[in-house]
Formats: sequence, C-alpha cells, structure tokens
Amino acid sequence: MSRGQLAPTPHDPDEGGHFGRWGGRFMPEALIGAVDELAAFYEKARVDPEFLDEFARLLRDFAGRPSLLTEAPKFGAHAGGARVFLKREDLNHTGSHKINNVLGQALLTKRMGKKRVIAETGAGQHGVATATACALMGLDCVVYMGEVDTERQSLNVARMRLLGAQVIPVKTGSRTLKDAINEALRDWVANVDDTHYLLGTAAGPHPFPVLVRDFHRIIGVEARQQILEKAGRLPDVVAACVGGGSNAIGIFHGFIDDPSVRLVGLEPGGDGIDTARHGATLTAGTPGSLHGAMSYVLQDEDGQIAEAHSISAGLDYPGVGPEHAHLKDIGRAEYRPVTDAQAMDAFALLSREEGIIPAVESAHALAGALVLGRELGPEGLILVNLSGRGDKDMDTAIKWFGLGVES
Amino acid sequence: MSGLASVFSTCRAESRAALIGYLPAGYPSVEGSKDVLKTMVSAGCDLVEVGLPFSDPVMDGVTIQRAAEQALRGGFRVRDLFGVVESVAAAGGRAVVMTYWNPVLAYGVDRFARDLAAAGGLGVITPDLVPDEGAEWIGATDAHDLDRIFLVAPSSSGERIDLAAKSSRGFLYATSVMGVTGARDVVSSAAPALVKRVREHTDMPIGVGLGVRNGAQAAELAAFADGVIVGSAFVSAVQDDTVAALTEDLATGVRQVATPA
Ligand SMILES: Cc1ncc(COP(=O)(O)O)c(C=O)c1O
Repeated sequence: MSRGQLAPTPHDPDEGGHFGRWGGRFMPEALIGAVDELAAFYEKARVDPEFLDEFARLLRDFAGRPSLLTEAPKFGAHAGGARVFLKREDLNHTGSHKINNVLGQALLTKRMGKKRVIAETGAGQHGVATATACALMGLDCVVYMGEVDTERQSLNVARMRLLGAQVIPVKTGSRTLKDAINEALRDWVANVDDTHYLLGTAAGPHPFPVLVRDFHRIIGVEARQQILEKAGRLPDVVAACVGGGSNAIGIFHGFIDDPSVRLVGLEPGGDGIDTARHGATLTAGTPGSLHGAMSYVLQDEDGQIAEAHSISAGLDYPGVGPEHAHLKDIGRAEYRPVTDAQAMDAFALLSREEGIIPAVESAHALAGALVLGRELGPEGLILVNLSGRGDKDMDTAIKWFGLGVES
Repeated sequence: MSGLASVFSTCRAESRAALIGYLPAGYPSVEGSKDVLKTMVSAGCDLVEVGLPFSDPVMDGVTIQRAAEQALRGGFRVRDLFGVVESVAAAGGRAVVMTYWNPVLAYGVDRFARDLAAAGGLGVITPDLVPDEGAEWIGATDAHDLDRIFLVAPSSSGERIDLAAKSSRGFLYATSVMGVTGARDVVSSAAPALVKRVREHTDMPIGVGLGVRNGAQAAELAAFADGVIVGSAFVSAVQDDTVAALTEDLATGVRQVATPA
C-alpha cells in the first residue's frame, strides 16, 4: 500500500485552512487551542513513517483494504451501455468508507493523549465506525445522533451500543445531523482537555477538511490503479455522493491532477430542488459559515440555517465541506442533484441486477451514473464510489417499496 | 472615547463593576423583548446585550437555545433587531449586540454595521468570529464607529489573548468557564486566573460571563472583573416574571465592596 497518501499536495489550503475563499475557522475562541493542537499533531503525523505504517496496517488488517473494484455490466446496460465500475467501500469493515477517517483520527487521538472521543452521526455509519475504533483502541465514546435519525437508523443505534458507545439522541432543532453536530460542539467546548471531536466528514474548521480528506485519499489512490488495470484507461467520470463530502473528496483526489477525468458529485435532491425539501447545498445553497467553515449553506435570507431533507440520513445536511465549494468555484468538479425517487430506483436496480444492496447515500451516486452513462453512451467509462452498504436502510426500503409481509 | 469606554469609566469612577444583562431580541416577542430590556435598564443594567436569535447557537446552553427557538418560531426577523436596539437607546440605556456570524454575513457585513450604528447600538460581540477571520468586520466596524468585542477563553494562549485585545475596542469578553451559556451554582475558579492573565496583555476593561445567576455570584466576579455579564438567568427571569428583582439583586452585587482576595 502506498505510504504517500497523507503527504502534502498542491491542493492543500493555506495556513489558515482556506481553499480559495472557502474554509477557515469560524468558531468559538475556546476551541481554537484544540484545533491548533490537532493541526500541529496532524502535520507531524502525515509525514511520520511510524504513523503512516500504523495507519496502513489498520486499514489492511482491520478495515480489510484494499477494497475491491467491481464491474457492474448489467447495471451499465441501464446507463446507456457505458462501462460502470464500483469502488467497493461497502465491503470495508463496518460497511462504509467512514472507517478510513475514523482509524486515522483515532490514532491521532492516542497521539494527543486524549481518552475520550465524541462524534456526530447521521446515518449511523460514522457513529458505528467511531464506536468500533474506540472499542479497538480502548477509548471512551459518545455519539450524538438526531432523534429523527435514531428512529430511521435504529439498527445502527443498536450496533453502537453493543460496541460500548453511549448514544445520545439530540432533540433540538431539526433533530438530524446538523443538530447532532451542534450538540457535539457544545460537548467539545466543555470537555476539550481530555476529548477529541472525531468529525465524520470533510467539513468543519481547519484542519478537519484536510485531514478527513487525506484519510480518505486511499480510496482514490487504489481506484485509479485498479481501473487502469481493469479497463486499461482512466475513467471519463468519477461519481460520488456528497453529504459533507468525505467519500467524494477521497476518491476525487486520486484523479484531481488528471484533467481528462470529470469529477461529479451527486447531492441529495429530496423531493426536487424546486421544492423546499432537499439537501442540495452546492446546487442551491449560498455562501455562509456553518460549523466552523465558510462554504455553501442552505439558509434563508436572514442567514438562519434551513433544514435539509433527504431520504438518506447520511446526506441530510444543509452544509458541505469547503474544498467542494472551491472545486465548484474553479470548475474542477461539478455537482448535480438526485431526487429521493431517482436514488431509490437506482438502489433497487443495483440490488436486482448486480446482487449488491447499496447504502441509500451511495444510491445517489448510482443514480447520477445512470444519467451520466446515457450522456456518454456505450464508449463511456464511469467509476462510482459505492460508499456503503444498504443493510442499515432496510426500514427505509420497506417503507418506500412496501416490502413488508402482507398482513 | 468609544461609547463603551464611557460606560466602564463611569463604573470605574464609582469603584465598581458594570452590570451587563443579556436578552435575545424577539424573546418572548419583539415587543415583549423591548419591555423586558426597558425594565433591565431602569432596574440597574449599565449595559444590555441584545442577542440575535440564530438557528444553530453552538455556544449556548439549553435556556438560551429555547429562547432563540421561540423568537424564531414567533417570526423574528433580523431587521427587527434594529428596532429593539433603538428602544434601548430610547429608554436611556446602552446596547451592544451579541450575534453569531452567519446572520451578519447574510445581512451584509457593512450594511449590518451601518444599520446597527444608525439604531444607536454601541458595539457587537461575535462569539464565533475570531480576529483571524475578522478583516472585513474590522473594516466595517471602523467605518461605522462601532466597538467590537472578541472573546478570550481559559484555553487561549498569550498570543491569542494579545490578538483578541488588539482587535477589540470597548471591552474584552472573557468566558469564565470552558462551556456553553447557562446558569451555574458556583462561579468558575478559572475566571480570576484568566482575568489576571488578560490584564498582563491589556488595560482594556474585561467583562466576565457564563454562569452568573445571582447577586452573590456577581459580587464575587465584581471583585476582579470590570463587567459582570449575565445571560441565561435573565431568560429564566422572563419566564418567572422576576426581571426587575433579578436586576436589582445583581446591581447590588456589583456594588458590594470587593473582599480582598
Ligand atoms: C454510506 C455513506 N455514504 C456517504 C455518506 C455521506 O457522507 P460524506 O459526504 O462525508 O461521504 C454517509 C454518511 O453517513 C454514508 O454513511
């Protein structure tokens, strides 16, 4: 496995964490010491062979990397006949890409000498991954989860509790991911001396967007090599779903210096972006500061943050990581909305045609691939980041498709 | 002299700390908040902090969160803030605004400073804007002669205290505990140490807040701080209809002779 994946890149932000006009630190003074400390430890760790070896070993022996690259020809037939390859992050231990970042940050937590970890979670995948790493490394773990999400992802609540984490349902605001982050930040301010906030996506104040991205760069590094081996060329398009943006930024970075490769992020379009019920931040948001960084935000004209809506708990967030805002600005990546209905169609299609049940989040990327494939035609080559598996989404599927046992 | 400097110099002349009371605009309603602030002013607040209700108040505990939610549910708009500030000035009081950064961005940074100054506001406290990101804000507040108050915390390094002091005008806000707003039973032991550290960096008046809920606690803080900031306790007092009594208790507290440490 490549050891260079955490190395500084020409795409890193400035010292204050700015990607162009985005990012930075819009957060309470009380937490600046903690993010400074985190940044200092990370800058050392990312070039420390011992840290890199330990991270690589955990990814291999615990998470099960490298993840497979699987061609999906029957699915591709529905995508205008384009060749579609799936990067199988669903096969990682705990069932999604989230484990990559969690293992990296848990190692950093140990280096910083902190004993307690807090995290937010939407779909529960980041919470489960965090609870898992804490069990492995002997850290105390508290996970904040919106009450709405504890209901629609109850299986993951049970998993976290089994792994020894305390799950705290958040009952304020929209009772989803955004409010879970608020509550985690409140906890962090009060307990910052012994606590690391293990943020689950490539958003938040500097250095989180960089370090979360870097811990996921392995996805793109592996995928680039695998697709060159299997298809003999670079893909025309790399497609990934975008909630906060971690799986997308991880796979995008493998191809960011390949100008022929289009990077396409698929956002949760909910009921449609012409309605108020969606979470398509990059498509329909405006610049603002939320949870520590300047980025696109869904908000009203007073700057009150809007509630996002998506069938997918992991994408149900009115903000997005600042590097995506920058990639959009400079035209290096494009972002498109996918409705709940399109995502659920793709969810069913991949299950039926390929025997792979994707996470509802990842189904947004698949739905995007169906459209992109039709645009590209049979010569097209598409790489989809299959960020997670759909076991956690059975309640959602039962409701959407009416799969319950007839009474 | 900046508008706020005169508040503190008056109190210093009386050898006491200033009493600074916080209330979210629009709580319990826009008109109701004007009435409560008027009571706070007439019962002894030297300065009031008018909060701008925000959907995602990460530095606030549950009391202020609920008040902000109620204000927003009641239809509070950012433009209503300026009327509330004007009402404080009309009642003979002095007001600063406490706001999260995103509503200022959305309103327009310069426009916000301009409209607040026009309403008679003296300054702004920005709990989630650090001076490092404050260039545009510093320009706008300078242009409209508004004081700006950055925060320091027990976790702030000497270098960061310096930066906050250099970037602020009027006073410095010291958060006495590591935590969010909310009344507490005991005043933090970190507060005197923090104020002592800050004094090594600046002569600027220092307001101390987070957790104060009665006159006895106010007296404790007044022994070493230039301003005693009280928030959640006022919100609770609105619910209990005891705003005047709380203000008087706190005003007595800040006038108690400081016990030598
Ligand atoms: C499987 C899966 N994919 C994607 C996401 C979205 O997060 P991000 O945009 O950070 O990749 C989540 C979040 O919970 C997830 O569980």
